[in-house]
Amino acid sequence: MRKFKEFIIEKLIQICGLASIFFVVLIFLFLLKEGLALFKIETPLKFIFGRSWYPISEPPQLGIFPLILGSLLVTFGAAIISIPIGVACALYIAEVAPSKIKDLLKTGIELLAAIPSVVLGFIGMITLVPMVKNIFKLPTGLTALSGSIMLAFMAMPTIVSIAEDALYSVPKNYKEGAFALGATHWQTIWRVMLPAASSGIVAAVMLGIGRVIGETMAVMMITGNSAVIPTSILQPVRTLTATIAAEMGEAVVGSEHFFALFAIGIVLFIISFAINVTADLFLHKKQ
Amino acid sequence: MLKKGLLVLISVLMFSSAFAAKESNSIQVKGSDTMVNLGQAWAEKYMEKNAANFIAVTGGGSGTGFSSLISGTCDIAMSSRNIKEKEIALAKQKNVDPFEVKVALDGLAVVVNPKNPISKLTTGQLAGIFTGKINNWKEFGGKDERIVILSREVNSGTHVYFKEHVLRKGDPNGKEEFAPSALLLSSSQAIADEVATNPSAIGYYGMGYISAKQKAISVAKDEKSEYIFPTIENVINGKYPISRPLLLYTNGEPKGIVKDFVDFTLSKEGQDIVVKTDFVPVK
Repeated sequence: MRKFKEFIIEKLIQICGLASIFFVVLIFLFLLKEGLALFKIETPLKFIFGRSWYPISEPPQLGIFPLILGSLLVTFGAAIISIPIGVACALYIAEVAPSKIKDLLKTGIELLAAIPSVVLGFIGMITLVPMVKNIFKLPTGLTALSGSIMLAFMAMPTIVSIAEDALYSVPKNYKEGAFALGATHWQTIWRVMLPAASSGIVAAVMLGIGRVIGETMAVMMITGNSAVIPTSILQPVRTLTATIAAEMGEAVVGSEHFFALFAIGIVLFIISFAINVTADLFLHKKQ
Repeated sequence: MLKKGLLVLISVLMFSSAFAAKESNSIQVKGSDTMVNLGQAWAEKYMEKNAANFIAVTGGGSGTGFSSLISGTCDIAMSSRNIKEKEIALAKQKNVDPFEVKVALDGLAVVVNPKNPISKLTTGQLAGIFTGKINNWKEFGGKDERIVILSREVNSGTHVYFKEHVLRKGDPNGKEEFAPSALLLSSSQAIADEVATNPSAIGYYGMGYISAKQKAISVAKDEKSEYIFPTIENVINGKYPISRPLLLYTNGEPKGIVKDFVDFTLSKEGQDIVVKTDFVPVK
């Protein structure tokens, strides 16, 4: 009887595991089915490197190069801001902070992760956008930089919590060994802890960036959505995700525009997938 | 923006509830963001009088309205532009026969920040601004500032109408497009907010959104014509050059409760609501 129970439970868990893989495959297949239909009309090269996005004109111009660059620029900006702050914050929590502050900070960061992106976007629109405009004397504050700053806030919780775990799991005797050799606290952190936890920290950064790439609502609200090839971070840009969100409702099912949006979905899927695989490789590099 | 998210959420809820209780006495109205407030006001008044009937109104853009009418998820599509050939063809494929009713008129106001000294432009100058050919306010005697162009997203009937009638001057073979540098915002409210805080911005939306924080511009057909300010009167008498019909589309001629509601929008009471929501009546 007990054996039978064991067997059933094991199988159930196995089914759950397989189901999730199955769903991802299904989603990807659906994306491919809808998205690849575009390439009967438009060559992939023209789609990826085309410079104008006028999906509802006659004939439609479906070039997503400005959108890809917009996404990359916003993501890059967010990474530059969130990585140093996030990693430093993780170091502080794991190594320096007294236990009371540690708990407080951890709770605070988890709360930050709980704020819906639409709310962050709204706050950004009201506070950050006018600030960016005034500080840099720009024609408009709806820029890639505003998007990057807001997205940095969203990537931070992921980076901090995973990097902190990585630091926490560094074996105690490394630290003790460093101290025994006469290293200062800072030297220990910088020369011993960080290198030992490096794979976990890289994974944390990657997952944070993955979060940023997929972010939609907030970027749609504060980057201005103009489909130009950006030349500076103080310009309005349009991201891949915002394009899908803004236009999906309009796209007539079965039109070129509709297929193009799914093709953008494929591009996003590939980007996220690459980021996750990289993060995974780093995580498993240990031992 | 936020509004749109909410609308989507509400429409999802409505949609699911519509599935749960698809009774013959509830109808779904969907489409133009410009007309959402008007549609809501109509629905409320109508439901007051006919407690047994339920009218659900959601926005999303004119194109969204058409695609739901075609896919059969709404009974009435609200639209601030005429249906396109392509959409008609698609409807025919799905055995849907779009039937058009004109229920109101809307003047499109072009707005700038009250600090901007410019107060009148011709449609030709507007086309120059929105296509990006003219990119500095000093060309019109304003400050030496880059013009920030604000537009609605492509799913907006307002966007399409403005492109066809201002940028392309009504020429169906026109090739003009909004400048790529135009900021595409997803609601008229977002445009209103940006214009209110940005002295070098210019945007456009239905007259209903004008407030004290924006300055509407008087528009002339060409240099020789007089500059007309967007008012209800000027739209009715046809003097104001950028005005458009607001339409309802149904599948085939309206019947039953759908007909009852459409008739109500055209009744004196319905048309009074049109005036109250800052649009222009057709009757």
